[in-house]
Amino acid sequence: MTKSIGKVVGVNGNMVSVEVDGNVSLNEVGYIVLNDQRLKSEVIRIQGSKAEMQVFEITTGIGIGDPVEFTGELLAVELGPGLLTQIFDGLQNPLPQLAEQCGFFLQRGVYLNALPRNIKWDFTPLVKAGDTVTAADSLGYVPEGIFEHQIMVPFNMSENYTVESIVSAGSYTVEEEIAVVVDAEGVKHSIKMMFNWPVKKAITAYAERLKPARPMITKVRIIDTFLPVSLGGTYCIPGPFGAGKTVLQQVTSRHAEVDIVIIAACGERAGEVVETLKEFPELIDPKTGKSLMERTIIICNTSSMPVAAREASVYTAVTLAEYYRQMGLNCLLLADSTSRWAQAMREMSGRLEEIPGEEAFPAYLESVIASFYERAGLVRLKNGKEGSVTIGGTVSPAGGNFEEPVTQATLKVVGAFHGLSRERSDARKYPAIHPLESWSKYPSIINGNQIEYARDVLFRGNEVGQMMKVVGEEGTSIDDYVIYLKADFMDYVYLQQNSFDPVDAAVSVERQQYVFSILLDILSSKFSFEIKNEARQYFNQLRQKFLDYNGSEWQSDQFKKLEEEIKQMIEEKRNGYLANADKLRNS
Amino acid sequence: MRKIYSKIDAIAGNVITVSAENVKYGDLAVVSSSSGESLANVIRLNGKNVSLQVFSGGRGVSTGDEVRFLGHPMQVSFSDNLMGRIFTGSGKPRDNGPSLEENMIEIGGPSVNPAKRIIPRNMIRTGIPMIDVFNSLVESQKLPIFSVSGEPYNELLARIAMQAEVDMIILGGMGLKYDDYLFFKETLENGGAMSRTIFFVHTAADPIVECLLVPDMSLAVAEKFALKGKKVLVLLTDMTNFSDAMKEIAITMEQVPSNRGYPGDLYSQLASRYEKAVDFEGAGSITILAVTTMPGDDVTHPVPDNTGYITEGQYYLRNGRIEPFGSLSRLKQMVNKDTRDDHRALMDGMIKLYASYKESLEKKSMGFKMSEWDIKLLKYGELFEAEMMDLSVNIPLEKALDRGWSILAESFTPDETGLRTELINKFWPGNKEEN
Repeated sequence: MTKSIGKVVGVNGNMVSVEVDGNVSLNEVGYIVLNDQRLKSEVIRIQGSKAEMQVFEITTGIGIGDPVEFTGELLAVELGPGLLTQIFDGLQNPLPQLAEQCGFFLQRGVYLNALPRNIKWDFTPLVKAGDTVTAADSLGYVPEGIFEHQIMVPFNMSENYTVESIVSAGSYTVEEEIAVVVDAEGVKHSIKMMFNWPVKKAITAYAERLKPARPMITKVRIIDTFLPVSLGGTYCIPGPFGAGKTVLQQVTSRHAEVDIVIIAACGERAGEVVETLKEFPELIDPKTGKSLMERTIIICNTSSMPVAAREASVYTAVTLAEYYRQMGLNCLLLADSTSRWAQAMREMSGRLEEIPGEEAFPAYLESVIASFYERAGLVRLKNGKEGSVTIGGTVSPAGGNFEEPVTQATLKVVGAFHGLSRERSDARKYPAIHPLESWSKYPSIINGNQIEYARDVLFRGNEVGQMMKVVGEEGTSIDDYVIYLKADFMDYVYLQQNSFDPVDAAVSVERQQYVFSILLDILSSKFSFEIKNEARQYFNQLRQKFLDYNGSEWQSDQFKKLEEEIKQMIEEKRNGYLANADKLRNS
Repeated sequence: MRKIYSKIDAIAGNVITVSAENVKYGDLAVVSSSSGESLANVIRLNGKNVSLQVFSGGRGVSTGDEVRFLGHPMQVSFSDNLMGRIFTGSGKPRDNGPSLEENMIEIGGPSVNPAKRIIPRNMIRTGIPMIDVFNSLVESQKLPIFSVSGEPYNELLARIAMQAEVDMIILGGMGLKYDDYLFFKETLENGGAMSRTIFFVHTAADPIVECLLVPDMSLAVAEKFALKGKKVLVLLTDMTNFSDAMKEIAITMEQVPSNRGYPGDLYSQLASRYEKAVDFEGAGSITILAVTTMPGDDVTHPVPDNTGYITEGQYYLRNGRIEPFGSLSRLKQMVNKDTRDDHRALMDGMIKLYASYKESLEKKSMGFKMSEWDIKLLKYGELFEAEMMDLSVNIPLEKALDRGWSILAESFTPDETGLRTELINKFWPGNKEEN
């Protein structure tokens, strides 16, 4: 197939119009040739022989008549061993290597190989000549850090093939041929360890999609207990600026119990990415004993980098996640922030002069967001193993108002909503997830009845709190006041969590279940207090004890001692259980 | 020899369209009209039609005027001769000095590779306790001052320019009132800080397009100085004017507006400027402090809202003081652990007590009876406002911390402060003298 060429006929911001000579396809990649530079671009609209392209670089200096070379290929990423621990930009350029070559600044038109070509991987074959294989079947594996990286038949080879030859165990680079397979017509195909995959196309080389059921443990109490996320599920974190979205994402990226974490820093501050870049190599993953970086890939397209590449970055990230899912691994994709991605779409839509929807976002905003989140999922692979991609996206709503189009479009498709509130972050109640407004459709690590009970206390406590603002403490009955105190107590000792405390920062499931049962015991107890002051003092004391308890090592002497003291305090004041507590014990 | 075009096809607002060939996107041109020469830059190419925004505005430009393309994008001169000089938004001298044309550099260059950034670690001392003690400014930080029109934000910037411990200051003025421009000039001249300062000033009377160039000019120059090892502080006032200028051009260009008339790329445009703040490993740094006025004191207005998502915290200027609540320097934790043992604890402790003071004040205004504790808090609050919050207070960090302790000692007994005993033993005024 001959590749098309073209000439620039118009420039408007980061959009370039090209008169094409030959055929061109939507989302095809082309390069605008500018003296010695080649600027990567993607076709986003075709009208007759005129193609509109979004340029992934600054467009200054492009002139009418500049030549354009089309590649005949869609925007794609390289898949193969060597992705983990890397830091890429939105187009899969490795940033540290780029820095070595270009210095402090991102020079436009420089594209490097995503996968290192010089590394030799120790390949162990799993098939032999004569075997029949198809897309996504393992031909062998190489060790990549702590994982066995499966070398698979490229996902676009969906027919049945007979293995003609496969190399013996040994060291090979990603570009060396490791197998030759023959299709039904007798055509030979050479297979290497690496292959390309178009980012905007979901990888579906699995047997079936399953319903997410097992929880993805984040070790954040409010999430795991009240607002759980399942492996293969989706969730979103909208919140105004300064409410702690990024910190919550960072905490999750550290502690989440998954195999691989992919961080897509999409149009956010460079400074925050730097913290992750510099800290992760030094942090130890408790599960593996290796550096956290060994399970991490960072896709970093910060706010000052070209907008079109920002749009591509979330797709790059999700494609890498899907690739590792094919190996039976659980991957978590954290996208911060999807609003910046939506804004990138809005910018392009504006330049295309499309009819704008709400707040000038394009009309297809919802369907694009939906199809992105739908790339998450728990799947059963053809070999029977399960793998998953979980997507957690932050949303930065304008003015902190959740009614805006991106938040609303996201809420329609996600399985859990962790809404951050300015009120809670101002009061330094972290994580600032609003416990009553947020929701989750996934099963919790704790029995549903008990969660319902705790949530009810929280809800009623909040009501009493509102009422007290009007009628004052004097006008509130002591029973109501105790409910208010219980809700406040639960907020302090369970919903809030100190991410800077070495123990409290990450709480295991076992501990959450254990502590929750004590909490529930307190919530369902009937206390007899004479006056409100006494009640307040009692709960203040209990709270102080409980906070110390939260900060002590699981099952340490200190932990057991404090637990004893807490239980004693409860016994002293308890006067039986509340009537509605029966159903807890029956369950 | 570049061709001269003498037929302008369309003039709309500040944007003109000519038919021309061999023009590059972003190129600069000179438009000569009866009212003089003006620069213009290419903002859209469509076949032979070239749209340019004229820096001095479209007014007075005739269809028969000459357009001469220069074959390069907007540039600014860079050398040590810039020091102490004042320029307009298009780089022409505003003082009576010579115009500079040596060593031209392009503005609006590429962004810094995130992999080359380092974690911020140096504090910039300003001598203003509300900044140094409570929300320290950190080298390479980008911080806006959120304020309402009428607040003394330019006075604050001028004081920071005078006092900040940096090698040089670049002041970018956008839509400044002429009086404010003179105020900056006089303050820095009288204070002897002019020799380390460069001004790029667009006043409210100047053509709107020049306003758009100010941040890029300031930051391009700052970047070059930083690469030569200078610690540069860039002061921008006021970014809301900059955004409004952008809005004006976008509407003229018939772009689809997104939120309250602002263009859809407002966030990206602001970010590409703010993200120039950086600490170059082995060289200098750029720190950005920018004023963002909030129309109607509304923080959800698109300009402050988008700014908040970009910057690393914010200072709220209200009633002539930097408000302790709401103000936040996101990077302060990076530096205030290394200043003095008592810095963090005193910072938190004093703010908590100030919050209690506010509650007591509210109770008082509602006519409740004041307890002994309330009276102590009221005394504390007044001292705190007069001796710490007042913008005229100018003392180094250590003195400010000492003053914090003496304010506490004047108002409370040690155990009422909620501070740790070891700190009280070490720093409480009476105890200190005994040592």
